[in-house]
Amino acid sequence: MLYADYPLAEQGGFADFHVSLAPPRSLRRWFKPQVLFLSDGHSPFKPLPLDQAFPMLEWGLNWCVSSHANRYLIIHAAVVEKGGHAAILPAPPGSGKSTLCAALVNRGWRLLSDELALVRPGDGKIIPLPRPISLKNQSIDIIRRYEPGAIVSRKISDTIKGVVAHMKPPADSVARAAETARAAWVIFPKYLAGAAAHLEALPRSRAFMRVADNAFNYSLLGTRGFETMAGLIDASLCYDFTYSVLDEAIETFDALKPPVPSM
Amino acid sequence: MTSPPLVIQALRQPGAMASMSLADWDLLLRQARRANLLARLHALLDERGLIEQVPPQPREHLEWSHATAERHTQAVHWEVTMIQKALAKAGTPVILLKGAAYIMANLPSARGRIFSDIDIMVPKDSLNEVEAALMLHGWAATHHDAYDQRYYRTWMHELPPMRHIKRSTVIDVHHAILPETAHVHPDPEKLRAAARALDGYEDLRVFAPVDMVLHSAAHLFHEGELEHGLRDLVDIDSLLRHFGSTPSFWPELAERAKALELARPLFYALRYTAFILHTPVPPDAMEAARAGSPNRPALALMDSLFARALMPDHPSCSDRLTGIARRMLFVRANWLRMPPLLLARHLFHKAFISPKTE
Repeated sequence: MLYADYPLAEQGGFADFHVSLAPPRSLRRWFKPQVLFLSDGHSPFKPLPLDQAFPMLEWGLNWCVSSHANRYLIIHAAVVEKGGHAAILPAPPGSGKSTLCAALVNRGWRLLSDELALVRPGDGKIIPLPRPISLKNQSIDIIRRYEPGAIVSRKISDTIKGVVAHMKPPADSVARAAETARAAWVIFPKYLAGAAAHLEALPRSRAFMRVADNAFNYSLLGTRGFETMAGLIDASLCYDFTYSVLDEAIETFDALKPPVPSM
Repeated sequence: MTSPPLVIQALRQPGAMASMSLADWDLLLRQARRANLLARLHALLDERGLIEQVPPQPREHLEWSHATAERHTQAVHWEVTMIQKALAKAGTPVILLKGAAYIMANLPSARGRIFSDIDIMVPKDSLNEVEAALMLHGWAATHHDAYDQRYYRTWMHELPPMRHIKRSTVIDVHHAILPETAHVHPDPEKLRAAARALDGYEDLRVFAPVDMVLHSAAHLFHEGELEHGLRDLVDIDSLLRHFGSTPSFWPELAERAKALELARPLFYALRYTAFILHTPVPPDAMEAARAGSPNRPALALMDSLFARALMPDHPSCSDRLTGIARRMLFVRANWLRMPPLLLARHLFHKAFISPKTE
């Protein structure tokens, strides 16, 4: 249901990762059943209750990319795009990034990723990875109310992140998965009950450090990581963003002006 | 077995990778990743200017592993500098072993290698100073169990691994290349006497070329966990190809193996690199090494065990007997480490008395 718009792999083709979900080979296969995530037959995590199989698949897929794709600077952030300009939303857990991201993609913004921003060194373009958007706890009902037409999986309780569900990505985002984008804005969202939507300009040096904090492989990439990050920040307008009402947030985003290219 | 696994074919003939199908690449990458040889494939292709000919999707994966390998190389340089600083006052000769040695000596074997611990060798009677100096500079002991401590210090050839508190890097301090309790005793003094200086690092040394090969062979063919055996075999192959271009190398290798009581591992090393990786070993070198061969039936058994165990630990490279082969070689390795009675006592202790790790 959530993957309805994706093409099926051909037999005898190439896959970046071979993943599977399987029951463990112990008693836990039957007793309080568990499930394992396997990457090419190898299990990188401890098993989870069988009920959590789908979120485990999604987390596993993110793990595959973030542990291996070391040619890109990988930032823990959502990325959305409109009119040829992308907004990177880095955020530590609990900042409302996924809710905001889910709302934006239901109002005309393209989804590149809800978790992992892959920035290509060299040209600084962002590589899309559109997949079901993970929503937690209250976000699930908020998004269901905000966009009743959105397809959301059933809620799964008692996971490490609380209650979890996934929203189907827009068909257009999936269809355009091969289309890279250039970042124009780096925006740190923060949901604050009762707050009016407000953008606060962030000095680039501060933005740099905060994005680096949210990057998985910044130090692994060494000099190249630094240069890629610098290029990204230099070419973007950086903001702190507080909001409480989704409609106001969407308005603010729609009104964003891209940076003027410097000579 | 039918045709050898793709990763073996790629190692034998790197040029052939340029014309592989996508489906083959899919499997090759998975085999190589499991064997820790993905970055090595990148290095082999890069040396031949063939990276651009790899289709974009597999090429991505090769670039990913290359980024990681580069980082590891850089980290080793830094770590070795830190180790040199820490041990400068201890006033004892320090020899870098294995991967760290290959990198610092700029050997082709270093290309595409991923590292975990750094291994060094120091004289046995300076172990205390070395340990103290390392602790002063931030390395802390692991293995706090009293039994484990005794295992390492009394019977093995190394201190328990030490982990740096800030950098989380691990250093293994050896005083010999094989355990005291093993039945052969390659003399560390002989190894030290032949060790070579490192450019730019006055207090650090590396083994002479023949000793590098013999150490790698001794390590591989005394080792119990062969899941990364292929990577070690690739190391040996690379060293042989690099040093083997000097004609005097081969006779010296056989001589030295005898002097260090390592004739058996040398025999296996030459036999299996030639057999599996098609390493160009000169016929008279092979002949000279034959002195280290076990008897015919034992050799037939070893051939069937190693032919399987040295393959990558991936379903596409295994057959029904691979699991048993690895287990038998594991038992053999433990057998080689310690006399039977001591081994029995050690295994009993480990199984029933040692605290379990969570």
